[in-house]
Amino acid sequence: MIAESGHYALVLALALALIQSIVPLIGARLNDAALMNVARSTALAQLLFVGASFIALVTLHVASDFSVANVYENSHSMKPLIYKITGVWGNHEGSMLLWVSILALFGGLVALFGNNLPLSLRAHVLSVQAWVASAFYLFILMTSNPFLRIANPPIEGRDLNPVLQDIGLAVHPPMLYLGYVGFSISFSFAIAALMEGRIDAAWARWVRPWTLMAWIFLTLGIAMGSYWAYYELGWGGWWFWDPVENASLMPWLAGTALLHSALVMEKRNALKVWTILLSILTFSLSLLGTFLVRSGVLTSVHAFASDPTRGVFILLILCVFIGGSLSLYAARASSLKQGGLFAPISREGALVLNNLFLTTACATVLVGTLYPLGLEVLTHEKISVGAPFFNLTFGPLFVPLLIAVPFGPMLAWKRGDLLGAAQRLMAAGIGALLVLALVWAWARGGSALAAPAIALAVFVILGSLTDLVERAGLFRVPFATALSRARGLPRSVWGTAFAHAGLGVALIGIVCETTWNSEYIGTMKPEDVAKVAGYELKLDGLLQRQGPNFREMIAQFEVFSDGDKVSVMAPSKRSFSTRGSSTTEAALLTRGASQLYVSLGDVTSEGAIAVRIYHKPLVLLIWWGPVLMAFGGMLSLSDRRLRVGAPKPARAQQRLQPAE
Amino acid sequence: MTPWFVFALMTVAAIFAVLWPLGRGNRDASQDLEGQGSETAVYKDQLAEIERDLAAGLIAAPEAEAARVEIGRRLLAAASSEQASAGQSHVNWRRAAAVLALIGVPLVAIGVYAPLGSPQLKDFPLAERSRAPNMAQSLENLVTQVEQHLEKNPTDGRGWNVLAPVLERLGRYDDAVRAYRNVLTYSGENAERHSDLGEALSAAAGGVVTAEAKSEFERALALNAEEPKANYFLGLAAEQDGRKDDAAKIWRGLLAKAPADAPWRPLVASSLVRVGGSAAPALSDETLAAAKDLSEGDRGAMVRGMVERLATRLKQNGDDVDGWLRLVRAYLVMGERDKAKAALSDARQAIANDADRLRQLNEGLKNLGLDG
Repeated sequence: MIAESGHYALVLALALALIQSIVPLIGARLNDAALMNVARSTALAQLLFVGASFIALVTLHVASDFSVANVYENSHSMKPLIYKITGVWGNHEGSMLLWVSILALFGGLVALFGNNLPLSLRAHVLSVQAWVASAFYLFILMTSNPFLRIANPPIEGRDLNPVLQDIGLAVHPPMLYLGYVGFSISFSFAIAALMEGRIDAAWARWVRPWTLMAWIFLTLGIAMGSYWAYYELGWGGWWFWDPVENASLMPWLAGTALLHSALVMEKRNALKVWTILLSILTFSLSLLGTFLVRSGVLTSVHAFASDPTRGVFILLILCVFIGGSLSLYAARASSLKQGGLFAPISREGALVLNNLFLTTACATVLVGTLYPLGLEVLTHEKISVGAPFFNLTFGPLFVPLLIAVPFGPMLAWKRGDLLGAAQRLMAAGIGALLVLALVWAWARGGSALAAPAIALAVFVILGSLTDLVERAGLFRVPFATALSRARGLPRSVWGTAFAHAGLGVALIGIVCETTWNSEYIGTMKPEDVAKVAGYELKLDGLLQRQGPNFREMIAQFEVFSDGDKVSVMAPSKRSFSTRGSSTTEAALLTRGASQLYVSLGDVTSEGAIAVRIYHKPLVLLIWWGPVLMAFGGMLSLSDRRLRVGAPKPARAQQRLQPAE
Repeated sequence: MTPWFVFALMTVAAIFAVLWPLGRGNRDASQDLEGQGSETAVYKDQLAEIERDLAAGLIAAPEAEAARVEIGRRLLAAASSEQASAGQSHVNWRRAAAVLALIGVPLVAIGVYAPLGSPQLKDFPLAERSRAPNMAQSLENLVTQVEQHLEKNPTDGRGWNVLAPVLERLGRYDDAVRAYRNVLTYSGENAERHSDLGEALSAAAGGVVTAEAKSEFERALALNAEEPKANYFLGLAAEQDGRKDDAAKIWRGLLAKAPADAPWRPLVASSLVRVGGSAAPALSDETLAAAKDLSEGDRGAMVRGMVERLATRLKQNGDDVDGWLRLVRAYLVMGERDKAKAALSDARQAIANDADRLRQLNEGLKNLGLDG
């Protein structure tokens, strides 16, 4: 009954979505409040039904009901409870159901909190949401239905792919989806504006917080996925320019650009048309990301979902939505009212520059991801575009962007003073040069570019601190006053500083890890000692252990530093009998922000074991950076003030205090 | 509650979600229109925000003034373009929407659900199913249950002892090997258990008594020199190594000591005939077993193919007396006496210079009942 009710609830959600995509539009045309209000109640009912459907699937997984094909294929009665739950979205069908559940959640939120929106705008937005939802409901029901049954249920399931049985996977996909799907809100707003033919001020007020929320989740989701790959896949890398990773990076880049342009739009009523285009592009890239992962075009870790019919269906959705929205944009954009004006050197100008770099970077990633696919389709030639391409294109684009980052918040709205900003950033610049000299003097080996890159990162961090110092008036006014002023600063200012500093922090981690990473790869017998970066690891022995649904072989290492025992590390290899596959569980030892990483290979016939040991200096900064960025985003989101950017008066005298 | 009753309730709820806003009175709807957000409201909020920021010292007076001017300009523009849009009610359209919901929702729901769903199937949560064991449960399910029990209690030697032969019979030799090893670990060793493990090991290797299996059998014999299974397999190992005489010796010894009613007697006897009997070796047991499963025509084709291969080989290298005998015998069995004779003369020609072999051939022919 649970299975069938869940199934039926999903079908009802489809029926409601179809009504929601037509009736409110007619209402908006006729200016009939009752018809427009249908959007709100259907959106809420849709959320109810999809939520019930999702909960039904979770219940089925928890109860190990193997009469449901999806449960049989991806679950096992011996699996720990948490992985029974996370296994719901560890497979294609379930993850698509999660996708639409989140979509319905966002639709429901707009319906619930959209009272301050003009009625027709809300009706349009919810209708567009319903189009997207209908397409995905159909996709799920027709090609990847999680509720299909088996008449003679087997007694045991086939278990979830073991690499996915991990706490990282419990969090990574929902985060990522909250990000991807969150951008659907700004997309719906953009399409609604194009259909209505006007961009409301209320429009601008809504888009920024929603984009920000999606961006926070996407940032955390990508960071989480990268950390998961780092410790679970067992080869010690954290970013591979794998097409699936690129698929999540592209919406992030476009979303970051959108975030900044939405800011300009909200505060200054400018860049409206550009923001609409970015909204469309960002969500299109999110759809593309879904397509790339779900269609089976790509073979990678994520290829647990590959099926050509699904590919065709998603391709169809992609063509209709991206093609349709871009055509609508081409037809209607010129009729939209242009917003405020600004000088090239101004906060707005800086944000435009940021947008240009981000979208170009996004385009290079797009080319690098799609070019090999296109080439393979046309000439059947398989090439792989890897790290060298991206390092050569993405890197040079990010360097000027990072140099520009500290300047942005220093400039005033409408017309800025670049020289003044440069003067205020002098201290940050000097600090960066100092670090450059220090790194050069101290560092041994590695790339010559490492030191400048670290200096750049320090410049970004110091630059964002400078902004806070300037605003609080530290060193200019008594300390107590500065402190109280700092406390009085809007949270959005703190948010900006944290987010920008996070960028620098992540960069330091990336540079240190790639430049000064040291490794030991070899086979070890018990009592052997390996030396890596000043640490000595002694293999104590190998032992076997029985887990709930796996057997594992654990190697115990004692770690010594300068002769003192620091800790014990126990990497293991787990073999899952149901799937007949195994995973490596790397052991991580965190020392400050650096990590020692041990992962196991195969046992040789003489009883020795292949071991990979890495020392990764400051590697954790790579993930602290994004966490800091997301924290900055949350601070800014918690700032409930209306954002108004006060322009710098045309002939006012120069002031040190920048505008806010 | 039947599923259809639940579905009906859900459908009603869905339809209600559409009808509810349509059914609300005109006054409510126009209130909605009046209370809705508008551009002017946003600009008014922005003006208020500027006052607050100014009071909090976040922006300076000249900038606040500039912002006020800008927003004021926008406010005016927005106010003039915003017509007082009185709500209109279109009763016909609302009725159409209501009809759409009343007919469309159930229609879409049933239309999509009927071909996909299986309303007749109940839920089968695992907990309920193990409580009420089904008599018709297949062997595989039972095995799975025992395996689950052993996952939790891996030191249950008796459990492994029950499971191992079943696994072997199901053809899961690698698992059987693991199970027998666990029996040895947790229930202690004896000759029989070592032989069982050895048997499973050779089954896993496709019938070949590997070095690993052999060491198990030897260990079994060390514990009990009379262990028949170990003796048999060691003989097989000798045969596979090409030491037929050793194999024959082992098996003969085994038969001599065996009780008359031992069930394995025929097997050993036939093996003995295979290596030591004077009858020329025919097709190996495995090949025969494989041939048994084939249809009549296929079997004929298979045999003919093998005979042909043998003939070709002998044409290239005619020294192999056994080979010639096998070929002749094969032709006889297939009823092709002429070919048998031709093969015989070929054989004589090929080994004409070797008196020893010629004698061997003649002896063999006598046994075949074909006089040279």
